[in-house]
Amino acid sequence: METYLFYALALILVTFSILTVTARNPVRSAVYLVSALLAVAGFFFLLEAEFVGAVQVLVYVGGIMVLFLFVIMLVSIEALDRQPKVSRQWRTGVVLAVVLCLELSLLIFRGTVSLEEGLAEPGIITTTETMNTEAVGTVLYSTYLLPFEIASVLLLVAIVGAVVLAKKEI
Amino acid sequence: MAEWIIVYGIIPFAKIAVIVLVLSGAVAYMTLLERKVIAHIQVRLGPMRVGWHGLLQPIADGLKFILKEDIVPARADKLLFTLAPAISLVPAFVVFAVIPFGPPGMMEDLLRWVLSPFLDAAAVESIATHSAASGGFVTDINIALLFVLSISSVGILGIILGGWASNSKYPLLGALRSSAQMISYEVALGFSVIGVLLVTQSLSLVQIVENQREAEVWYIFYQPLAFILFFICGMAETNRLPFDLPEAETELVGGFHTEYSGFRFSLFFIAEYAAMVTVSAVAVTLFLGGWLRPFPNVEWLSFLDLIPPLLWFVIKVFLLLYVFIWIRGTLPRYRFDQLMGYGWKLFLPLALANVIVTAGVVLALM
Repeated sequence: METYLFYALALILVTFSILTVTARNPVRSAVYLVSALLAVAGFFFLLEAEFVGAVQVLVYVGGIMVLFLFVIMLVSIEALDRQPKVSRQWRTGVVLAVVLCLELSLLIFRGTVSLEEGLAEPGIITTTETMNTEAVGTVLYSTYLLPFEIASVLLLVAIVGAVVLAKKEI
Repeated sequence: MAEWIIVYGIIPFAKIAVIVLVLSGAVAYMTLLERKVIAHIQVRLGPMRVGWHGLLQPIADGLKFILKEDIVPARADKLLFTLAPAISLVPAFVVFAVIPFGPPGMMEDLLRWVLSPFLDAAAVESIATHSAASGGFVTDINIALLFVLSISSVGILGIILGGWASNSKYPLLGALRSSAQMISYEVALGFSVIGVLLVTQSLSLVQIVENQREAEVWYIFYQPLAFILFFICGMAETNRLPFDLPEAETELVGGFHTEYSGFRFSLFFIAEYAAMVTVSAVAVTLFLGGWLRPFPNVEWLSFLDLIPPLLWFVIKVFLLLYVFIWIRGTLPRYRFDQLMGYGWKLFLPLALANVIVTAGVVLALM
């Protein structure tokens, strides 16, 4: 059952990801991206990481994509049509894509060993089956407090930067 | 028939069917209630012609919506234009999957009675005591509250896409206002809920109500500020007056649904009312003790237990819905800058302060 669900979700994810980059209309693109993000949330639920799954929907679909659409809606589609469809940096893009593909195939070639590298040290997460949320919270505010705070400072810097760029006089 | 088919197949589907039908009916009669209440506030009679005091008016309206011509504007994005009403409707209904209408075990006797002619006694017993089958809810998940917040945040996409896909000025402006408003108030809404979370230490809505029974007090007495903030932000999230700027008739014709007609328009309408019912139901569950009777700790009020838990839940939701309508009939609409100002400069700091104070108190008492 889980395997079938995985493949169904994978199919949805791949289809909508491809549609996201190939769609000509940016709003359509955003809608396809929403579908892809929902499929990713499905993966989290499948892995029984229901907290991360719910947050994925809340933050990405309900927050970030709404902001995206907010901006895209104001863009004139006629003006977009005149823009070149392929970015000028496509050569760099191709190089990066090839490197990423090589890395991923190496990991897949090595098999399950490569999955063990990113794992947390055993014993950090003492999770009982039911309280997924509590486990995330406990670890986030104890073991990984510093990375968490650095990430929030980064976000703050990004917000300040956006405000500085957008305002003519402060 | 195998046990798991009944527990995980038939019973959930029966519950979903009941919820969809009951919620649609409730939404239909909400419109009548609203028209009647507003009419009486304004010293009018409201709908009187269709049925006794207009009781059949919602049915007539529904038929009218189905029979009306379905217009898709020229140069509209047809796919998104069709999809948008569904996107805003579905989340409003999905949220009800986790809202507890009654205590766990509410359906036990009913299940025994229904199933006993068909199955042997042991199977009936195991189904009747199974939590997924017997509870007064579709499902009880341990992230229920997060689920409610995240799913209801998807509904706003329908409004934005509908406004954009119409390819018309007023809907686009309505959609812009709506997204700005919903993003702003979602933050304060989320923070107002955290106070309850700190007190109850659980995300499961069933558990939250159970904890209120054990604490012998509704959480509104622990978190009065959070309740008020939740209700106001809920009003803004559902685009209700005094926060109905996305569809302000006097400025934007009809807002994001200006170009919609017939049944598609009614889907948006149903979604808005269903969202109202959702906000009320969540508020009842979090702050007003869900299916519990008033003052569950006072002995001499125990005659109130004669009213079944399900009915208590419905009464409370109905009262909150009445307040929604009452406020609409009483208050004028805010200006957009006032709306944003209140959201970011008043409600959000208040909600944050509430979280900090609650956290301090909870920590001190632990």
